[in-house]
Amino acid sequence: MISPARPPARRIAALLTGTIALIVAATGCGGGTGAESAPGKVASITALDYYTDEPEHSQWGEILTSCGKRAGVMVEQTSVPGASLVPKVLQRASSRTLPDLLMLDNPDLQQIAQTGALTPLGRYGIDSGGYAKGILSAGTYKGKVYGLAPYVSTIALFYNKDMLAKAGVAVPRTWDELKAAAARLTRPGRYGMAVDANATFEGTWQFLPFLWSNGGDEKHLDTPQAAQALQLWVDLVKSGSMSKSVLNWTQADVHDQFVAGRTAMMINGPWRIPALDKDKNLHWGVAPIPVPRAGQTPVTPLGGEVWTIPQSASKARQQKAAQVLACLNSSSTMLTLAEQHFTVPSRPAVAAQYAEQVPSIAAFAKNVEAARARTGELGVRWPKAATGIYTAIQSALTGEQTPEEALRHAQRTATSN
Amino acid sequence: MRSGPRPATDPRSWERLAQWMFLGPAAAYLLLFFGYPIVKNVVMSFQQYTPTTFYTGAAPFVGRQNYAEILASDLFAKSLLTTLLFTAGSICGQFVLGLGFALFFQRRFPLGGVLRSLLLLPWLLPLVVSGATWRWMLDPDTGVVNAVLRALHLSSSGIPWLTGTSQALVSVILINIWIGIPFNTAILYGGLQEIPTHLYEAAKLDGAGPVTSFRHVTWPLLRPVVSVVLVLGVVYTLKVLDVILVVTGGGPANATETLATRSYELSFQQFEFGRGAAMSNVLVVISLAFALVYLRANRRARNAEEAIP
Repeated sequence: MISPARPPARRIAALLTGTIALIVAATGCGGGTGAESAPGKVASITALDYYTDEPEHSQWGEILTSCGKRAGVMVEQTSVPGASLVPKVLQRASSRTLPDLLMLDNPDLQQIAQTGALTPLGRYGIDSGGYAKGILSAGTYKGKVYGLAPYVSTIALFYNKDMLAKAGVAVPRTWDELKAAAARLTRPGRYGMAVDANATFEGTWQFLPFLWSNGGDEKHLDTPQAAQALQLWVDLVKSGSMSKSVLNWTQADVHDQFVAGRTAMMINGPWRIPALDKDKNLHWGVAPIPVPRAGQTPVTPLGGEVWTIPQSASKARQQKAAQVLACLNSSSTMLTLAEQHFTVPSRPAVAAQYAEQVPSIAAFAKNVEAARARTGELGVRWPKAATGIYTAIQSALTGEQTPEEALRHAQRTATSN
Repeated sequence: MRSGPRPATDPRSWERLAQWMFLGPAAAYLLLFFGYPIVKNVVMSFQQYTPTTFYTGAAPFVGRQNYAEILASDLFAKSLLTTLLFTAGSICGQFVLGLGFALFFQRRFPLGGVLRSLLLLPWLLPLVVSGATWRWMLDPDTGVVNAVLRALHLSSSGIPWLTGTSQALVSVILINIWIGIPFNTAILYGGLQEIPTHLYEAAKLDGAGPVTSFRHVTWPLLRPVVSVVLVLGVVYTLKVLDVILVVTGGGPANATETLATRSYELSFQQFEFGRGAAMSNVLVVISLAFALVYLRANRRARNAEEAIP
């Protein structure tokens, strides 16, 4: 659920609201007094997340309530739109009114941990053993674990079964098959393939499986491997198999195109499954993202939100928050959450058990094993590389620059100060 | 002043006190809501102001480094040029069309008043709403604009309104012109109403046609209003952010990135508040230059008016 589904207007409105809040914080007018520090009994704690959409919001509300009950506290859940979460966190950090439990999208964790606003989870004796390596590295800053995610997700190839069957096309497994299949599935009023090539981190996130599976690396973007991956997207657009509008599409837009039958295949995440299931006439399937050569395993980016415990004046509240956090990351909660959100439990042992129960998630479970955290290599420098990557995608797809030129430029952006 | 501590000995000191009491609230308001943010923004532009600053409060001074960095980046020259093109294009379109509408509505005809108020609609709609609607209409594949063009056989493949690097800039300029017409029409229409009708009658008697009477009566008397409209328009257009963010988000490939969207991105997406502040200060300086032009033009206009006995 890297970037929640929202129409652009609402997203921008949320961004602008977040901006105003941040301006207030930056100018030091925050106000507020912070959590009460009375040593007595803690009756309730606060939690902040970005699960604003239903049914996600109430599903998480129930989980938080039941975990709170086990710890003997009420959990007051607040959800803000995804785009305004980090601005909100910064604002509340400056006024010392951070919630007791804070959810962050995993690539944001290191940046927030760097500010000093979070506490290492080792302090509360929370066990971080048995987690998949990727998600643990995303929750770690300077050797200490600051955040744990109950489940992880990644992206895969969704396809319209009816369209593929009618065109006599098999589900593509390699890049060449993808190009051929997309071309054969393209008709007037319909494209073969759709991705999100937006000038945002979401565009970068969708490009990563192609970059990484081909041996490309965010540390060195000016390599032939990276250029080949970008060339694949350029070819898809140039041949007309993919709309040029991918430049403006969010993942939600890509989903809408797929549901409307205007694209036969798309790259998207499992959090779309509930919405896809709603349409009874839509027969869809999901497969791993095609790889450069047959037999390779796709390397996909790791999605998922980590839960953290911010600094607070009240040790008692932090202890309670830690109990709730441990409960969220227990094996049974993991399974419940994974089932609700069509995601993969972040402990491989639990995930294996889960994949046996739900075969449709197997494509994702397999991808998640090899999935990489976006901040795994670059840490707090990741946003710069991500900016470089989406700028390169846009320059190459508009034909302003060749993939090689665009990626050389991206490398300069990534390594600038 | 029947009782009280002491009757004021000097009525003039009372008057002065009253003057200050009237000035006080306005001055306090200006200092708090205009002075403080500007000073803070200038200070911030010389600091390394990052997400960490929000928690620790520590923002070390780095001298002119923020300015050096933003001016040296290759995006700066490009976004400066885009800003100039966007502003010039928007202002020309808004002004010419706005003046045309104002002149048109000056004549009396049935439903003129209703149509004139309908013209204000783009102004009344929230920009996020109209921007999203335009984005939808201009969609290259499914948008209504390309559908019409195809139906009329004006273009077989459709125009890449939002996906072509040069077309996207034209699109946002066109949308901004649409948004700006009401402002220009309203102010220019007001200016036209001020021109005494007997001057037109006199011109007619002298045998002036519509073009001549526009050149020799309307235009000279409208000049002060024109300069106000143009300068305010420039200042408003330089800082346009929401339209671009909603319609193109600065893309594709930074083709619609202006100084304002750059500053927004630096501050609120990359959280480089120091550089964002530096970028917005560059914008403030450019706006200030136009504001000075406006003040001078205003003074000249007033002097010219006073010169006429």
